[in-house]
Amino acid sequence: MALTREQMAQRVAQELQDGFYVNLGIGIPTLVANYVPQNMDVMLQSENGLLGMGEFPTEETIDADMINAGKQTVTTVKGASIFSSAESFAMIRGGHVDLTVLGAFEVDVNGNIASWMIPNKLVKGMGGAMDLVAGADNIIVTMTHASKTGESKLLSNCSLPLTGKGCIKKVLTDLAWLEIEDGAFVLKERAPGVSIEEIIEKTQGKLVVPDHVPEMVFA
Amino acid sequence: MAGFDKVVTSYEDAMIGLEDGMTVLAGGFGLCGIPENLIAEIKRKGTTGLTVVSNNCGVDGFGLGILLEDKQIRKMVSSYVGENALFEKQLLDGELEVELTPQGTLAEKMRAGGAGIPAFYTATGVGTPVAEGKETKVFDGREYLMEEAIVGDFAIVKGWKADRYGNVVYRHTAQNFNPLAATAGKITVVEVEEIVEVGELDPAHIHTPGIYVDRVVLGTFEKRIEQRTIKTVA
Repeated sequence: MALTREQMAQRVAQELQDGFYVNLGIGIPTLVANYVPQNMDVMLQSENGLLGMGEFPTEETIDADMINAGKQTVTTVKGASIFSSAESFAMIRGGHVDLTVLGAFEVDVNGNIASWMIPNKLVKGMGGAMDLVAGADNIIVTMTHASKTGESKLLSNCSLPLTGKGCIKKVLTDLAWLEIEDGAFVLKERAPGVSIEEIIEKTQGKLVVPDHVPEMVFA
Repeated sequence: MAGFDKVVTSYEDAMIGLEDGMTVLAGGFGLCGIPENLIAEIKRKGTTGLTVVSNNCGVDGFGLGILLEDKQIRKMVSSYVGENALFEKQLLDGELEVELTPQGTLAEKMRAGGAGIPAFYTATGVGTPVAEGKETKVFDGREYLMEEAIVGDFAIVKGWKADRYGNVVYRHTAQNFNPLAATAGKITVVEVEEIVEVGELDPAHIHTPGIYVDRVVLGTFEKRIEQRTIKTVA
């Protein structure tokens, strides 16, 4: 079975480490915050200028001046800090964020990512995505393995305009955990019950399948 | 002894000197920390042909979105725009030009503009449409783009508290682009929720020192929320 959005978030959360500063993009990445292990301290960075993002406020504590990068009202955790957009992107570009999780339309075997622009559709903008992919060393891309019409999103060359070049090394799809090495996707894990054949069929870019590909384990 | 007194008593005085065709830098992220009354004053004045540099362009009927109603904006420099229908329409009709700029690059362009740095190199945007026509250079084996600084004829800024000398503090994440815009305006106008006596703000806690600020005006704010998200209590 393909992973649900919640399961994808759970799998990404297994990559968290105690003391990590993490930037989570919109969509599935946001859900990762729900699966931070109990015994672990993780600080969430929001690129509008907040390190230490907390949960949503109550009707009593809601504050128009306290939002996240998705423009949602939020709170802060103990030990949080707030700063300007330039400071925020200094952290990001300077490689100080330990883990960045974001969505994409396409990823290719050279680590290129396309996530912001579909030609002939209205372009709303890249927001902070280009800075995030250029600045972070440890990025996990979360997306479905193929489109609804069955087109692979794991390609030999991205077909859409890029968000960043040669910056992606780890991809979690609803079918598999893959890492990009030497111009190929290496199949590291598969979703429980998903066959290697299905993953091969839905991966357009070069795929390396090791002899043993374990199923993902969820607690 | 009034040499450092930046306070003006009306929004009309706050925006004196704004002319057609000027470049205006605006603080704010989404609708958070936007100089909503200074924007409203630009609408009232009817200034046109403006280039507006701001992370976003408001929504229909609020924030910078209201300047679209009478086609006062010629060009937007932003990282993310599509939150308003009127914006889309004017863009598709060719009445509005947009220069999409990565958010961190936009912030740094303002910071550099205020700091006397004409351009800088960043890895952001290399290999993407943002790189088209830009000079690149390799440092330590990695390719970087040259991005030029931005300076505005005006900067419009929303602060929380200011003293009469124009020292400003921001509230929570309403800080965002505001302190950057404040440094990069030839004329920087700050509207605030409260004007306090000189000496009342802790000097070590000032976000924007008064040297950057030309005018301070006291306002009242709607502070509209764009995405109202509340914790669901189980």
